[in-house]
Amino acid sequence: MSNNKPLGQALREQGVSRRGFLKFCATTASLMALPPSMVPAIAKALESARRPSVIWLSFQECTGCTESLTRSHAPTLEGLIFDNISLDYHHTLQAASGDAAEAAREAAMEENKGNYLLVVDGSIPLGNPGYSTIAGISNLEMLKEVAEHAAAIIAVGTCAAYGGLPHANPNPTGAVSVEEIIKDKPIVNVPGCPPIPVVITGVLAHFLTFGKLPELDHLGRPLAFYGNNIHDRCYRRPFYDKGLFANTFDDEGARKGWCLFKLGCKGPVTYNACATIKWNDGTSFPIEAGHGCLGCSEPNFWDMGGFYNALSESTMNLSRTAAVGIAVGAAAGTASGLLNRRKKSKAEAAHETVSVKDLQREDKS
Amino acid sequence: MNSMQNSLKVEIGGYHTGNIPPLLHEIRHALRNLLDNGETTTIDLRSLPMAPGEQQQLLDILGKGEISVHLDALGKSEITESIYAGVWLIIHYNNNGEVMGKFIEITRVPAILKAQTADMEESLAALQMRLEEI
Ligand code: SF4
Ligand code: SF4
Repeated sequence: MSNNKPLGQALREQGVSRRGFLKFCATTASLMALPPSMVPAIAKALESARRPSVIWLSFQECTGCTESLTRSHAPTLEGLIFDNISLDYHHTLQAASGDAAEAAREAAMEENKGNYLLVVDGSIPLGNPGYSTIAGISNLEMLKEVAEHAAAIIAVGTCAAYGGLPHANPNPTGAVSVEEIIKDKPIVNVPGCPPIPVVITGVLAHFLTFGKLPELDHLGRPLAFYGNNIHDRCYRRPFYDKGLFANTFDDEGARKGWCLFKLGCKGPVTYNACATIKWNDGTSFPIEAGHGCLGCSEPNFWDMGGFYNALSESTMNLSRTAAVGIAVGAAAGTASGLLNRRKKSKAEAAHETVSVKDLQREDKS
Repeated sequence: MNSMQNSLKVEIGGYHTGNIPPLLHEIRHALRNLLDNGETTTIDLRSLPMAPGEQQQLLDILGKGEISVHLDALGKSEITESIYAGVWLIIHYNNNGEVMGKFIEITRVPAILKAQTADMEESLAALQMRLEEI
Protein backbone atom coordinates (compact mmCIF):
# COMPACT_ATOMS: atom_id res chain seq x y z
CA MET A 1 0.00 0.00 0.00
CA SER A 2 1.78 3.07 -1.29
CA ASN A 3 0.86 5.23 1.65
CA ASN A 4 3.31 7.96 0.95
CA LYS A 5 2.41 8.94 -2.57
CA PRO A 6 0.81 12.36 -2.88
CA LEU A 7 -2.74 12.15 -4.22
CA GLY A 8 -2.02 14.18 -7.36
CA GLN A 9 0.72 11.79 -8.37
CA ALA A 10 -1.34 8.73 -7.50
CA LEU A 11 -4.21 9.99 -9.66
CA ARG A 12 -1.92 10.72 -12.59
CA GLU A 13 -0.46 7.25 -12.34
CA GLN A 14 -4.02 5.99 -12.69
CA GLY A 15 -4.19 7.92 -15.96
CA VAL A 16 -6.22 10.85 -14.64
CA SER A 17 -5.46 14.04 -16.61
CA ARG A 18 -5.32 17.50 -15.05
CA ARG A 19 -8.73 18.21 -16.50
CA GLY A 20 -9.92 15.07 -14.78
CA PHE A 21 -8.25 16.28 -11.61
CA LEU A 22 -10.01 19.67 -11.89
CA LYS A 23 -13.29 17.87 -12.33
CA PHE A 24 -12.45 15.74 -9.32
CA CYS A 25 -11.74 18.89 -7.28
CA ALA A 26 -14.92 20.65 -8.43
CA THR A 27 -17.11 17.71 -7.50
CA THR A 28 -15.18 17.19 -4.26
CA ALA A 29 -15.84 20.82 -3.30
CA SER A 30 -19.48 20.27 -4.13
CA LEU A 31 -19.65 17.12 -2.06
CA MET A 32 -17.95 18.84 0.85
CA ALA A 33 -20.60 21.56 0.47
CA LEU A 34 -17.85 24.13 0.00
CA PRO A 35 -18.28 27.06 -2.36
CA PRO A 36 -16.95 26.54 -5.91
CA SER A 37 -14.60 29.49 -5.35
CA MET A 38 -12.58 27.17 -3.12
CA VAL A 39 -11.76 24.77 -5.95
CA PRO A 40 -8.23 26.16 -6.60
CA ALA A 41 -7.38 25.87 -2.89
CA ILE A 42 -8.77 22.35 -2.82
CA ALA A 43 -6.81 21.43 -5.94
CA LYS A 44 -3.64 22.69 -4.33
CA ALA A 45 -4.24 20.80 -1.11
CA LEU A 46 -5.32 17.58 -2.83
CA GLU A 47 -2.36 17.62 -5.18
CA SER A 48 -0.01 17.05 -2.28
CA ALA A 49 -2.36 15.24 0.12
CA ARG A 50 -1.13 11.89 1.37
CA ARG A 51 -3.28 8.84 1.65
CA PRO A 52 -4.40 8.45 5.21
CA SER A 53 -4.70 4.98 6.67
CA VAL A 54 -8.27 4.17 7.67
CA ILE A 55 -9.41 1.49 10.05
CA TRP A 56 -13.13 0.83 9.88
CA LEU A 57 -14.82 -0.95 12.77
CA SER A 58 -18.39 -2.26 12.54
CA PHE A 59 -20.18 -2.94 15.80
CA GLN A 60 -23.90 -3.40 16.52
CA GLU A 61 -25.24 -2.36 13.14
CA CYS A 62 -27.17 -3.56 10.11
CA THR A 63 -24.41 -2.85 7.54
CA GLY A 64 -26.77 -0.28 6.01
CA CYS A 65 -24.14 2.43 6.38
CA THR A 66 -21.52 0.42 4.51
CA GLU A 67 -24.19 -0.46 1.93
CA SER A 68 -25.09 3.19 1.53
CA LEU A 69 -21.50 3.98 0.84
CA THR A 70 -20.46 1.11 -1.38
CA ARG A 71 -23.64 0.29 -3.29
CA SER A 72 -24.48 3.83 -4.23
CA HIS A 73 -22.43 4.41 -7.31
CA ALA A 74 -19.12 2.63 -7.43
CA PRO A 75 -16.86 3.15 -9.24
CA THR A 76 -17.15 6.89 -8.99
CA LEU A 77 -15.34 9.97 -7.90
CA GLU A 78 -16.21 8.88 -4.38
CA GLY A 79 -14.72 5.54 -5.31
CA LEU A 80 -11.61 7.41 -6.30
CA ILE A 81 -11.40 8.95 -2.88
CA PHE A 82 -11.58 5.47 -1.48
CA ASP A 83 -8.87 4.31 -3.81
CA ASN A 84 -6.86 7.10 -2.34
CA ILE A 85 -7.33 6.35 1.25
CA SER A 86 -5.73 3.24 2.47
CA LEU A 87 -8.58 1.23 3.92
CA ASP A 88 -6.48 -1.08 5.99
CA TYR A 89 -9.21 -2.85 7.88
CA HIS A 90 -12.94 -3.21 7.25
CA HIS A 91 -14.13 -6.61 8.31
CA THR A 92 -17.24 -6.52 6.10
CA LEU A 93 -15.32 -5.63 2.96
CA GLN A 94 -11.98 -7.29 3.38
CA ALA A 95 -11.25 -10.81 2.20
CA ALA A 96 -9.24 -11.81 5.27
CA SER A 97 -11.05 -12.90 8.41
CA GLY A 98 -10.32 -14.07 11.94
CA ASP A 99 -6.71 -13.91 13.11
CA ALA A 100 -5.33 -12.80 9.72
CA ALA A 101 -7.68 -9.80 9.67
CA GLU A 102 -6.85 -8.86 13.23
CA ALA A 103 -3.16 -9.11 12.42
CA ALA A 104 -3.69 -6.68 9.52
CA ARG A 105 -5.48 -4.28 11.86
CA GLU A 106 -2.69 -4.45 14.40
CA ALA A 107 -0.04 -3.95 11.72
CA ALA A 108 -1.87 -0.90 10.33
CA MET A 109 -2.23 0.54 13.83
CA GLU A 110 1.43 0.04 14.56
CA GLU A 111 2.61 1.46 11.23
CA ASN A 112 0.42 4.56 11.38
CA LYS A 113 0.36 5.11 15.12
CA GLY A 114 -1.19 8.48 15.93
CA ASN A 115 -2.07 9.21 12.28
CA TYR A 116 -4.76 6.81 11.20
CA LEU A 117 -8.40 7.66 10.92
CA LEU A 118 -10.84 5.43 12.76
CA VAL A 119 -14.29 5.04 11.20
CA VAL A 120 -16.93 3.34 13.32
CA ASP A 121 -20.39 2.20 12.36
CA GLY A 122 -22.74 0.60 14.87
CA SER A 123 -23.29 1.13 18.57
CA ILE A 124 -21.36 -0.48 21.39
CA PRO A 125 -23.17 -2.73 23.88
CA LEU A 126 -22.25 -2.11 27.48
CA GLY A 127 -24.44 -4.94 28.70
CA ASN A 128 -23.04 -8.40 28.22
CA PRO A 129 -19.82 -8.01 26.18
CA GLY A 130 -20.83 -11.21 24.37
CA TYR A 131 -23.66 -9.39 22.55
CA SER A 132 -21.23 -8.32 19.88
CA THR A 133 -17.68 -9.51 19.36
CA ILE A 134 -15.17 -9.63 16.55
CA ALA A 135 -12.67 -12.49 16.63
CA GLY A 136 -13.66 -12.94 20.26
CA ILE A 137 -12.82 -9.36 21.18
CA SER A 138 -15.67 -7.32 22.64
CA ASN A 139 -16.70 -4.16 20.80
CA LEU A 140 -15.86 -2.04 23.81
CA GLU A 141 -12.37 -3.46 24.10
CA MET A 142 -11.67 -3.13 20.38
CA LEU A 143 -12.96 0.44 20.23
CA LYS A 144 -10.77 1.52 23.13
CA GLU A 145 -7.75 -0.23 21.71
CA VAL A 146 -8.04 1.25 18.20
CA ALA A 147 -9.13 4.70 19.39
CA GLU A 148 -6.08 5.08 21.59
CA HIS A 149 -3.70 5.88 18.74
CA ALA A 150 -6.17 7.27 16.20
CA ALA A 151 -5.74 10.82 14.90
CA ALA A 152 -9.51 11.27 14.82
CA ILE A 153 -12.70 9.24 14.80
CA ILE A 154 -15.62 9.39 12.40
CA ALA A 155 -18.80 7.89 13.82
CA VAL A 156 -20.78 6.91 10.73
CA GLY A 157 -24.52 6.39 11.07
CA THR A 158 -26.91 7.20 13.87
CA CYS A 159 -25.98 4.02 15.79
CA ALA A 160 -22.31 5.00 16.14
CA ALA A 161 -23.16 8.68 16.58
CA TYR A 162 -26.03 8.48 19.07
CA GLY A 163 -26.81 4.81 19.76
CA GLY A 164 -29.45 4.54 17.02
CA LEU A 165 -31.82 1.60 16.78
CA PRO A 166 -29.98 -0.61 19.30
CA HIS A 167 -30.28 2.25 21.80
CA ALA A 168 -34.06 2.56 21.29
CA ASN A 169 -36.28 1.78 24.24
CA PRO A 170 -35.80 -0.49 26.10
CA ASN A 171 -32.22 -0.73 24.86
CA PRO A 172 -31.74 -4.42 25.68
CA THR A 173 -28.00 -4.49 25.07
CA GLY A 174 -27.16 -1.25 26.87
CA ALA A 175 -26.06 0.23 23.54
CA VAL A 176 -24.15 3.51 23.58
CA SER A 177 -22.51 5.75 21.01
CA VAL A 178 -18.78 6.19 20.38
CA GLU A 179 -18.61 9.57 22.12
CA GLU A 180 -20.09 8.11 25.28
CA ILE A 181 -16.99 5.94 25.57
CA ILE A 182 -14.14 7.85 23.95
CA LYS A 183 -13.63 11.25 25.54
CA ASP A 184 -10.13 12.25 24.52
CA LYS A 185 -10.18 12.20 20.71
CA PRO A 186 -11.70 14.48 18.10
CA ILE A 187 -14.92 12.78 17.00
CA VAL A 188 -17.13 13.76 14.11
CA ASN A 189 -20.63 12.35 13.98
CA VAL A 190 -22.09 11.55 10.57
CA PRO A 191 -25.58 10.43 11.59
CA GLY A 192 -28.36 9.20 9.35
CA CYS A 193 -30.05 5.86 9.02
CA PRO A 194 -28.10 5.49 6.81
CA PRO A 195 -26.18 8.70 6.15
CA ILE A 196 -26.24 10.05 2.60
CA PRO A 197 -23.20 8.52 0.87
CA VAL A 198 -21.72 11.82 -0.27
CA VAL A 199 -21.87 13.05 3.31
CA ILE A 200 -19.69 10.14 4.42
CA THR A 201 -17.25 10.67 1.58
CA GLY A 202 -17.47 14.45 1.98
CA VAL A 203 -16.14 14.18 5.52
CA LEU A 204 -13.41 11.78 4.43
CA ALA A 205 -12.55 14.13 1.57
CA HIS A 206 -12.34 17.02 4.00
CA PHE A 207 -9.88 15.11 6.13
CA LEU A 208 -7.93 14.06 3.06
CA THR A 209 -7.85 17.62 1.73
CA PHE A 210 -7.22 19.66 4.81
CA GLY A 211 -5.79 17.06 7.17
CA LYS A 212 -8.34 17.98 9.81
CA LEU A 213 -11.99 17.50 10.60
CA PRO A 214 -14.65 19.94 9.40
CA GLU A 215 -16.46 22.44 11.61
CA LEU A 216 -19.07 20.77 13.81
CA ASP A 217 -22.42 21.66 15.38
CA HIS A 218 -23.37 21.09 19.03
CA LEU A 219 -24.11 17.43 18.31
CA GLY A 220 -20.73 16.84 16.68
CA ARG A 221 -22.08 16.92 13.11
CA PRO A 222 -20.30 18.69 10.23
CA LEU A 223 -22.07 22.00 9.79
CA ALA A 224 -21.64 21.90 6.02
CA PHE A 225 -24.13 19.05 5.80
CA TYR A 226 -26.16 19.35 8.98
CA GLY A 227 -26.31 23.12 9.25
CA ASN A 228 -29.84 23.40 7.89
CA ASN A 229 -32.93 21.57 8.91
CA ILE A 230 -35.03 19.63 6.45
CA HIS A 231 -38.00 21.92 7.03
CA ASP A 232 -36.11 25.09 6.06
CA ARG A 233 -34.98 23.57 2.79
CA CYS A 234 -38.09 21.52 2.06
CA TYR A 235 -39.78 22.32 -1.23
CA ARG A 236 -43.17 21.69 0.48
CA ARG A 237 -42.47 24.53 2.86
CA PRO A 238 -44.64 27.08 1.02
CA PHE A 239 -47.64 24.80 1.74
CA TYR A 240 -46.71 24.59 5.41
CA ASP A 241 -46.53 28.37 5.52
CA LYS A 242 -49.98 28.62 3.95
CA GLY A 243 -51.40 26.01 6.33
CA LEU A 244 -52.07 23.49 3.56
CA PHE A 245 -51.57 19.99 4.99
CA ALA A 246 -52.18 16.42 3.83
CA ASN A 247 -54.31 14.70 6.48
CA THR A 248 -54.06 11.17 5.13
CA PHE A 249 -51.70 9.57 2.65
CA ASP A 250 -54.34 9.48 -0.07
CA ASP A 251 -56.40 12.62 0.35
CA GLU A 252 -56.51 15.57 -1.97
CA GLY A 253 -53.72 17.34 -0.05
CA ALA A 254 -51.42 14.32 -0.41
CA ARG A 255 -52.09 14.20 -4.14
CA LYS A 256 -51.41 17.88 -4.48
CA GLY A 257 -48.12 17.58 -2.62
CA TRP A 258 -49.07 19.60 0.44
CA CYS A 259 -47.07 19.61 3.65
CA LEU A 260 -46.73 16.29 5.55
CA PHE A 261 -46.49 17.81 9.02
CA LYS A 262 -49.79 16.33 10.21
CA LEU A 263 -48.69 12.91 8.97
CA GLY A 264 -45.77 12.94 11.36
CA CYS A 265 -43.05 14.72 9.40
CA LYS A 266 -40.08 15.42 11.70
CA GLY A 267 -38.49 17.81 9.20
CA PRO A 268 -38.80 20.84 11.50
CA VAL A 269 -36.52 19.24 14.14
CA THR A 270 -34.19 17.32 11.83
CA TYR A 271 -30.85 18.55 10.57
CA ASN A 272 -29.64 16.70 7.49
CA ALA A 273 -28.77 17.32 3.85
CA CYS A 274 -31.45 15.21 2.12
CA ALA A 275 -33.62 18.14 1.08
CA THR A 276 -30.85 19.41 -1.21
CA ILE A 277 -28.44 16.55 -1.91
CA LYS A 278 -31.27 14.00 -1.99
CA TRP A 279 -30.91 10.23 -2.38
CA ASN A 280 -30.17 7.82 -5.22
CA ASP A 281 -27.95 10.03 -7.27
CA GLY A 282 -29.95 13.15 -6.44
CA THR A 283 -33.21 11.61 -7.67
CA SER A 284 -35.50 12.25 -4.74
CA PHE A 285 -35.84 12.12 -0.98
CA PRO A 286 -38.51 10.71 1.33
CA ILE A 287 -40.63 13.87 1.45
CA GLU A 288 -40.57 14.07 -2.33
CA ALA A 289 -41.80 10.46 -2.39
CA GLY A 290 -44.74 11.45 -0.20
CA HIS A 291 -43.58 10.31 3.24
CA GLY A 292 -42.65 12.54 6.14
CA CYS A 293 -39.13 12.77 7.47
CA LEU A 294 -38.43 10.28 10.28
CA GLY A 295 -35.72 12.41 11.81
CA CYS A 296 -33.09 9.74 11.25
CA SER A 297 -30.08 12.01 11.84
CA GLU A 298 -31.22 13.05 15.32
CA PRO A 299 -30.46 11.38 18.65
CA ASN A 300 -33.30 9.14 19.88
CA PHE A 301 -35.26 9.37 16.65
CA TRP A 302 -36.78 5.94 17.25
CA ASP A 303 -38.32 7.20 20.45
CA MET A 304 -39.63 10.53 19.23
CA GLY A 305 -43.22 9.58 19.96
CA GLY A 306 -44.23 7.69 16.80
CA PHE A 307 -43.30 8.18 13.17
CA TYR A 308 -46.87 9.13 12.24
CA ASN A 309 -47.62 11.45 15.14
CA ALA A 310 -47.40 15.12 14.32
CA LEU A 311 -44.67 16.88 16.26
CA SER A 312 -47.33 19.09 17.83
CA GLU A 313 -49.17 16.10 19.29
CA SER A 314 -46.12 14.08 20.20
CA THR A 315 -46.33 13.63 23.94
CA MET A 316 -42.90 12.03 24.20
CA ASN A 317 -44.54 9.63 26.60
CA LEU A 318 -41.53 7.53 27.36
CA SER A 319 -43.22 5.15 29.74
CA ARG A 320 -45.61 4.28 26.92
CA THR A 321 -42.86 3.73 24.39
CA ALA A 322 -40.97 1.61 26.89
CA ALA A 323 -44.05 -0.58 27.34
CA VAL A 324 -44.42 -0.96 23.58
CA GLY A 325 -40.78 -1.92 23.31
CA ILE A 326 -41.20 -4.60 25.93
CA ALA A 327 -44.33 -5.95 24.29
CA VAL A 328 -42.39 -6.43 21.09
CA GLY A 329 -39.62 -8.19 23.00
CA ALA A 330 -42.16 -10.49 24.64
CA ALA A 331 -43.75 -11.33 21.33
CA ALA A 332 -40.37 -12.42 20.04
CA GLY A 333 -39.95 -14.60 23.12
CA THR A 334 -36.93 -12.71 24.36
CA ALA A 335 -38.23 -10.97 27.45
CA SER A 336 -36.87 -13.47 29.94
CA GLY A 337 -33.49 -13.34 28.27
CA LEU A 338 -33.69 -9.58 28.51
CA LEU A 339 -34.09 -9.84 32.23
CA ASN A 340 -30.76 -11.56 32.73
CA ARG A 341 -28.93 -9.39 30.27
CA ARG A 342 -30.47 -6.31 31.74
CA LYS A 343 -29.01 -7.11 35.15
CA LYS A 344 -25.57 -6.93 33.67
CA SER A 345 -26.04 -3.61 31.98
CA LYS A 346 -23.58 -1.09 33.28
CA ALA A 347 -25.19 1.72 31.37
CA GLU A 348 -28.63 1.86 32.88
CA ALA A 349 -28.17 5.30 34.30
CA ALA A 350 -27.77 6.74 30.83
CA HIS A 351 -31.00 5.31 29.45
CA GLU A 352 -34.66 4.80 30.01
CA THR A 353 -34.58 1.84 32.35
CA VAL A 354 -37.02 -1.01 32.51
CA SER A 355 -37.69 -2.41 35.91
CA VAL A 356 -37.60 -6.11 36.69
CA LYS A 357 -41.28 -5.88 37.65
CA ASP A 358 -42.14 -4.55 34.20
CA LEU A 359 -40.48 -7.51 32.59
CA GLN A 360 -42.12 -10.06 34.88
CA ARG A 361 -45.48 -8.55 34.10
CA GLU A 362 -44.82 -8.87 30.38
CA ASP A 363 -43.61 -12.43 30.84
CA LYS A 364 -46.88 -13.48 32.44
CA SER A 365 -49.12 -11.79 29.91
CA MET B 1 -34.34 12.89 -18.60
CA ASN B 2 -33.94 9.20 -17.91
CA SER B 3 -36.48 6.50 -18.63
CA MET B 4 -37.53 6.08 -14.99
CA GLN B 5 -38.64 9.66 -14.77
CA ASN B 6 -40.59 9.25 -18.00
CA SER B 7 -42.48 6.19 -16.88
CA LEU B 8 -43.28 7.53 -13.42
CA LYS B 9 -45.63 10.39 -14.11
CA VAL B 10 -46.71 11.88 -10.82
CA GLU B 11 -49.15 14.72 -10.48
CA ILE B 12 -47.14 17.64 -9.26
CA GLY B 13 -49.34 20.39 -8.03
CA GLY B 14 -47.41 23.45 -9.11
CA TYR B 15 -44.62 23.32 -6.54
CA HIS B 16 -42.53 26.41 -6.26
CA THR B 17 -39.69 27.03 -3.89
CA GLY B 18 -39.49 30.48 -5.40
CA ASN B 19 -35.76 29.94 -5.91
CA ILE B 20 -35.63 30.47 -9.66
CA PRO B 21 -36.03 34.27 -9.86
CA PRO B 22 -33.34 34.99 -7.22
CA LEU B 23 -31.02 32.55 -8.96
CA LEU B 24 -31.55 34.31 -12.28
CA HIS B 25 -30.82 37.62 -10.57
CA GLU B 26 -27.62 36.14 -9.17
CA ILE B 27 -26.62 35.08 -12.68
CA ARG B 28 -27.40 38.55 -13.99
CA HIS B 29 -25.22 40.15 -11.29
CA ALA B 30 -22.42 37.71 -12.04
CA LEU B 31 -22.57 38.53 -15.75
CA ARG B 32 -22.40 42.24 -14.97
CA ASN B 33 -19.41 41.54 -12.73
CA LEU B 34 -17.71 39.54 -15.48
CA LEU B 35 -18.15 42.39 -17.93
CA ASP B 36 -17.10 45.13 -15.53
CA ASN B 37 -14.32 43.42 -13.57
CA GLY B 38 -13.48 40.27 -15.47
CA GLU B 39 -14.44 38.16 -12.44
CA THR B 40 -15.90 34.70 -12.97
CA THR B 41 -18.56 33.08 -10.79
CA THR B 42 -19.53 29.46 -10.27
CA ILE B 43 -22.86 28.42 -8.78
CA ASP B 44 -23.27 24.90 -7.42
CA LEU B 45 -26.80 23.79 -8.25
CA ARG B 46 -26.66 20.97 -5.70
CA SER B 47 -26.71 23.42 -2.81
CA LEU B 48 -30.12 24.86 -3.69
CA PRO B 49 -33.44 23.32 -2.75
CA MET B 50 -35.52 22.74 -5.85
CA ALA B 51 -39.01 21.34 -6.23
CA PRO B 52 -39.53 18.50 -8.69
CA GLY B 53 -39.41 20.00 -12.15
CA GLU B 54 -37.98 23.31 -11.00
CA GLN B 55 -34.43 22.61 -12.08
CA GLN B 56 -35.65 21.65 -15.52
CA GLN B 57 -37.60 24.89 -15.60
CA LEU B 58 -34.39 26.78 -14.87
CA LEU B 59 -32.49 24.90 -17.57
CA ASP B 60 -35.31 25.62 -20.02
CA ILE B 61 -35.04 29.33 -19.28
CA LEU B 62 -31.28 29.26 -19.83
CA GLY B 63 -31.70 27.28 -23.03
CA LYS B 64 -28.98 25.92 -25.30
CA GLY B 65 -26.71 28.40 -27.09
CA GLU B 66 -24.12 27.95 -29.80
CA ILE B 67 -21.53 25.84 -28.05
CA SER B 68 -21.81 22.41 -26.56
CA VAL B 69 -18.70 20.47 -25.59
CA HIS B 70 -18.25 16.91 -24.40
CA LEU B 71 -15.35 16.15 -22.17
CA ASP B 72 -14.12 12.66 -21.40
CA ALA B 73 -12.14 12.66 -18.16
CA LEU B 74 -13.19 10.49 -15.22
CA GLY B 75 -16.50 9.91 -16.96
CA LYS B 76 -18.26 12.32 -19.28
CA SER B 77 -18.92 16.00 -18.77
CA GLU B 78 -21.25 18.23 -20.74
CA ILE B 79 -20.38 21.88 -21.05
CA THR B 80 -23.02 23.99 -22.75
CA GLU B 81 -23.24 27.69 -23.28
CA SER B 82 -26.75 28.96 -22.59
CA ILE B 83 -28.56 31.34 -24.91
CA TYR B 84 -26.96 34.03 -22.75
CA ALA B 85 -23.34 34.43 -23.84
CA GLY B 86 -20.95 33.88 -20.95
CA VAL B 87 -23.43 31.77 -18.95
CA TRP B 88 -22.47 28.08 -19.07
CA LEU B 89 -24.05 24.94 -17.71
CA ILE B 90 -21.58 22.27 -16.65
CA ILE B 91 -22.70 18.76 -15.79
CA HIS B 92 -20.14 16.23 -14.60
CA TYR B 93 -20.94 12.53 -14.78
CA ASN B 94 -19.03 9.59 -13.37
CA ASN B 95 -18.11 6.45 -15.27
CA ASN B 96 -21.61 5.06 -14.70
CA GLY B 97 -23.25 8.09 -16.26
CA GLU B 98 -24.53 9.33 -12.91
CA VAL B 99 -24.53 13.06 -12.22
CA MET B 100 -21.69 14.02 -9.86
CA GLY B 101 -22.08 17.76 -10.00
CA LYS B 102 -24.09 20.46 -11.76
CA PHE B 103 -22.74 23.97 -11.98
CA ILE B 104 -23.55 27.24 -13.66
CA GLU B 105 -20.36 29.06 -14.55
CA ILE B 106 -20.36 32.71 -15.57
CA THR B 107 -17.15 33.08 -17.52
CA ARG B 108 -15.77 33.62 -21.02
CA VAL B 109 -14.46 30.04 -21.27
CA PRO B 110 -14.98 27.47 -18.48
CA ALA B 111 -11.67 26.75 -16.76
CA ILE B 112 -11.94 23.03 -17.37
CA LEU B 113 -11.86 23.52 -21.16
CA LYS B 114 -8.51 25.24 -21.18
CA ALA B 115 -5.47 23.04 -21.76
CA GLN B 116 -3.58 22.81 -18.47
CA THR B 117 0.03 23.98 -18.37
CA ALA B 118 1.40 20.78 -16.84
CA ASP B 119 -0.48 18.67 -19.38
CA MET B 120 0.95 20.81 -22.18
CA GLU B 121 4.46 20.40 -20.81
CA GLU B 122 4.04 16.64 -20.74
CA SER B 123 2.59 16.71 -24.24
CA LEU B 124 5.55 18.70 -25.46
CA ALA B 125 7.93 16.06 -24.15
CA ALA B 126 5.81 13.27 -25.62
CA LEU B 127 5.68 14.95 -29.00
CA GLN B 128 9.42 15.47 -28.90
CA MET B 129 9.92 11.78 -28.25
CA ARG B 130 7.54 10.84 -31.03
CA LEU B 131 9.49 13.05 -33.44
CA GLU B 132 12.74 11.38 -32.49
CA GLU B 133 11.23 8.02 -33.43
CA ILE B 134 10.40 9.18 -36.96
S1 SF4 C 1 -43.18 18.21 4.62
FE1 SF4 C 1 -42.06 18.26 6.59
S2 SF4 C 1 -40.15 19.33 6.21
FE2 SF4 C 1 -41.54 19.75 4.46
S3 SF4 C 1 -42.58 21.66 5.03
FE3 SF4 C 1 -43.88 20.03 5.75
S4 SF4 C 1 -43.21 19.69 7.90
FE4 SF4 C 1 -41.61 20.88 6.87
S1 SF4 D 1 -35.94 12.73 5.15
FE1 SF4 D 1 -35.46 12.66 7.33
S2 SF4 D 1 -35.68 10.48 7.96
FE2 SF4 D 1 -35.56 10.57 5.73
S3 SF4 D 1 -33.42 10.21 5.25
FE3 SF4 D 1 -33.73 12.45 5.34
S4 SF4 D 1 -33.27 12.99 7.52
FE4 SF4 D 1 -33.52 10.78 7.42
